[in-house]
Amino acid sequence: MGHKIDPNLWSDGPQPHLMGGKLPSGQIVFPMPVGDAAQGVEPYKLARRGKLWSWTSQGFLPKDPYEGPGSGPGEGPPDFQPFLLGYVELPGEVIVESRIVDARLEDLHLGIALEFCIVPFNATHDTFAFRPVASSESTKEHRAA
Amino acid sequence: MSENVYIIGAGIHPFGRTDGRSGREQGVYAVREALSDAGLDWPDIECAYGGSAAAGSADIMVNELGLTSLPFTNVANGCATGGSALAASQQAIASGMYDLALAVGFDKHPRGAFNAKPSDYGLPEWYGQTGMMLTTQFFALKIQRYMQLHGISRTTLGRVAEKAFRNGTLAPHAWRRSPVDLDTIMNAPMINDPLTKYMFCSPAEGAVALILASEKKMKELGADGVKIRSIAVKTRPPNSFEVFQAGVSIEEGGKPTVLASKAAFERAGIGPEDIGVAQLQDTESGAEIMHMAENGFCKDGDQEEWLANGWSEIGGRLPVNTDGGCLACGEPIGASGLRQVYENVEQLRGRAAARQVPGASGNGPRFGYSHVYGAPGLSAVAILERV
Repeated sequence: MGHKIDPNLWSDGPQPHLMGGKLPSGQIVFPMPVGDAAQGVEPYKLARRGKLWSWTSQGFLPKDPYEGPGSGPGEGPPDFQPFLLGYVELPGEVIVESRIVDARLEDLHLGIALEFCIVPFNATHDTFAFRPVASSESTKEHRAA
Repeated sequence: MSENVYIIGAGIHPFGRTDGRSGREQGVYAVREALSDAGLDWPDIECAYGGSAAAGSADIMVNELGLTSLPFTNVANGCATGGSALAASQQAIASGMYDLALAVGFDKHPRGAFNAKPSDYGLPEWYGQTGMMLTTQFFALKIQRYMQLHGISRTTLGRVAEKAFRNGTLAPHAWRRSPVDLDTIMNAPMINDPLTKYMFCSPAEGAVALILASEKKMKELGADGVKIRSIAVKTRPPNSFEVFQAGVSIEEGGKPTVLASKAAFERAGIGPEDIGVAQLQDTESGAEIMHMAENGFCKDGDQEEWLANGWSEIGGRLPVNTDGGCLACGEPIGASGLRQVYENVEQLRGRAAARQVPGASGNGPRFGYSHVYGAPGLSAVAILERV
C-alpha cells in the first residue's frame, strides 16, 4: 500500500468510504470542503456502491500537475498508461468523478453497478477508483478457485 | 439601457500560429484593422476594454497604438474575456458616457491541451495530480451521457467536424484551411472517447478588435454599423454540471448557456426562429451539438437529423459556425468569443464572400447569434441585427 494521494479523501479501515460533506441544507457534496468553506459542513461517508452516470477514456499524457506514470523525471508519453474515468451516481447522495478500473471501454454503459476501491496510482501513492461490481465478484470467485 | 449601440469596425489577426509575433502584437494588428474598417484613427477612441488569458495585459497596447490617455480597462475573465470586454464597451456607450469604444481580445497559447492549476479553481490538489482536471474530459463526459440519453451517433460527431473544416477552407482568418473527410475524422486517434483528435479544437493564437459607437456617432461618421440587439453573460446556477467538477448534484440543475440564451432573446424581443446565422461554442464536436439545443435552436436529439440533412451548413436553414468555429480556427481564449462576433458582423454586412449566408433577402441574414462557453461554467450570448 502506498500513501494516500490526499489524507482526507477516503476513510481508513477494511471498508473505506470516499469522504463527502453534508451541508446544513442536507445536501451531500463531494469532496468535503476545506478551510472556511467547511464551516457548518459535517464530514459524510459516501456510499461504496453506485451507478455509472457517464464515462470517457484518457488517451494522452496530461500536463502538470499530473503525477501519474509518464510524468516523472526522464519519463514521457511512452510511459503513460491510458485510463478510464467517469461520473458515478451514489444514489440519494451525489455524483462523483472517479477513475474506473477493472473494465474495458466497451463494457461501460449508463447505469452499470460500480463499487468503490483503492488502487495504486504511482510508485508512492494510492488513489480511489470505482470498478464494475460483477468484475470484483468474479475476481473473488477466481481467487477462491 | 438608453442608447442604441452599433459595431462600426471589425478587425482580425488570422488565427493559428504566427511565430515571431506576440499575442499582444496580434492584438495591435487587429485594432489597426478595425480602425481602418471604421475609417477612424486611434486618437478617436474614447475608452477601451480588452484582455488575454495567456498573453499579457491589453492596456500595454497603447505603447504601439499611441499614448492618448484614454481609460483602458484590462479584462481577465477566462473564456469570457472577449464577451466581457464586448459587454463592458457596450455598457460604456449605452450609458451615454462615451460615443466610441474599443473591445479587443488576443491570445497565444503553448501547444497541447490547456493545463489548469487546481488552486486557481478552488479545487483540491489531488484532482489535478490524478489526471482528472482536463477540459477535454469534461466535454467527453458531457457528450457521452447526452448521446446515450438522446440518441446521437458517433457519425454525427464526425459530421460536425467535417463541416467545420469545410467552412474553414472558405474563411481567410481560419487556421485549418484544408477539408478533412469523415473517415479520417472518425478513424483518427481517440483523445477522450467518443471524441477523436479531429473533433477537438486546439489552443492557438489570434486577435479580434471591434469598434463600438453610439447611434449619433455612427450617423455622423456615415459608418456601416451593425446593431447590438442584446448581450447576456451568465455564470452557474445551482446544481449545474460544468467543467472542473469533482462532484455533481444528483438534482438536475440549470445551465448557464440556457440562461444566457433566454435572457438575450428576451432582451432582443425575438426568438430562435428569427436567427439567420449562429456561431456556437464548439470546443469539440459534441459541444456544438449540445449547444444547438441549449441555445433553443432545436430539441435534444434532433441534431441527428440536422447534421444528416445539412441544415446547419452555410446554405441550410440555420448555418452554424460559418467560419469553421473553434474546430477550424483554434482557440485563443481571449479572442475566441470576439471572433464569433466578428464573423457575424461580416455575415450581416454581406462581406463574408465565399462563406456568405444568403439570408431571406439574398443580401445576408438580418439577425446573427453568437455564444461562447468556458471554465468554470459561464456563457455569453450576443445578438446582432442588420438595420
